[in-house]
Amino acid sequence: MSTLTLLASGDEFKAPGLELFEFPPIINGVPWFTKPVLVAILSTVIVLIFTWSAFAKPKLVPRGMQNLGEMGYTFVRDQVARPFLGKDADRWMGLLLSLFFLIWIWNLMGVIPGIQFPVVSHIAFPFVLAISIYILKLYLGFKHQGFFGYFKNMMFPPGLPKPIYLLLAPIEFLSNMIVAPFTHAVRLFANMFAGHIILAFFSLVGFWFLFENLTPLGAPLGVLGVLMTIGMTVFEMFIQFLQAFLFAMLAAMYIGNSLHPEH
Amino acid sequence: MITAAALAAEVNNPLLPHWYELIVGGFAFFVVLFVVGRILTPRIQKTLAERTDAIEGGLKRAEEVQDEAKRTLESYRAQLAEARHEAARLREEAREQGAQIKAELRTEAEAEARRITEQARAQIDAERQAAFAQLRAEIGRLSTDLASRIVGESLEDEARQRRIVDRFLEELEGAGSGAVR
Repeated sequence: MSTLTLLASGDEFKAPGLELFEFPPIINGVPWFTKPVLVAILSTVIVLIFTWSAFAKPKLVPRGMQNLGEMGYTFVRDQVARPFLGKDADRWMGLLLSLFFLIWIWNLMGVIPGIQFPVVSHIAFPFVLAISIYILKLYLGFKHQGFFGYFKNMMFPPGLPKPIYLLLAPIEFLSNMIVAPFTHAVRLFANMFAGHIILAFFSLVGFWFLFENLTPLGAPLGVLGVLMTIGMTVFEMFIQFLQAFLFAMLAAMYIGNSLHPEH
Repeated sequence: MITAAALAAEVNNPLLPHWYELIVGGFAFFVVLFVVGRILTPRIQKTLAERTDAIEGGLKRAEEVQDEAKRTLESYRAQLAEARHEAARLREEAREQGAQIKAELRTEAEAEARRITEQARAQIDAERQAAFAQLRAEIGRLSTDLASRIVGESLEDEARQRRIVDRFLEELEGAGSGAVR
């Protein structure tokens, strides 16, 4: 909120921009300890506490947190792991569940009052996750299909007329080796980044026209801003869940393709 | 325009990661991966497998118990039917035996009754004969006494005396034969 107030101190309305994502160090002289880092660590701790209370001593008849945790587990298992990994699903559930919970809680921080910062709107966080999946994907691909076999399966899927490969091979290489990890990270990052800007924009409209600069003409606009903020918050919560799901699903897809070539 | 340019120079490119956030993000991811993926996921997987097992096992056990119950019921029914049959047979047998015993007893009783009657009749006959013989002697003597007294003469001649008595008795017998019977 302090950033917004600072921005709105001029005489005319100015939409929030990139400065939304700039934070000074919390402690002077410790440049790395900023709000995004604090929120990232805090939400990681929340994930650990939640999963520990749900799964540490699981009972045959689930109670309380275990019910909630099992809902998450069965969702990831049935919607993410099994469609892409089949019988290997159980082996990769640990990774997929970690990704899903961590990203969802990181995203959820974007709408928690007082925190209101989606961790992955700083690209370093999705980037490190996507890179880890990328390395795992290459490792599994080389291990299960061989170094050359992996590229052969990727670039020269059998059963196509010869000239097509001239076009297909470079496209497949590019899309699998360079574009895929990039989009994997950027899709998550951009969604949260844009969502944060949208929420900041509408709440600033409300704040500016109702508190900072209350005029008969501007007031309805301020009310609209507040209503839009509420609506967009609900929508944003849906997107946060969807992006966590999507990131885990893509990870499962990459792993599945490395374990068994598509064709 | 100047302020916008200054601002753009001031803020970092949002597509360029901060090095310390890479480290914190990587650290957070691997901690979660270790705790959730390595420690907790196997636990919940084990529990879920056990639950499936328990439910499937429970269903199977219930089925077995039901089968067992059905078999037991079947055997009880068979035993009951057999017992009923046996009871009916025993009852029939008992009735037959009872009837037989009754018949036997009746014949025995009849025979006994007949025997007793025979015996009684024989005894009566003998007693009557004895009484008759005794009476005959007595009456003879009394009659002769009486006759001699009435007639006043002694009938010493034995032969004559007996003839007279016999004749007298035959007359008597002829008159009273119905009465003695």
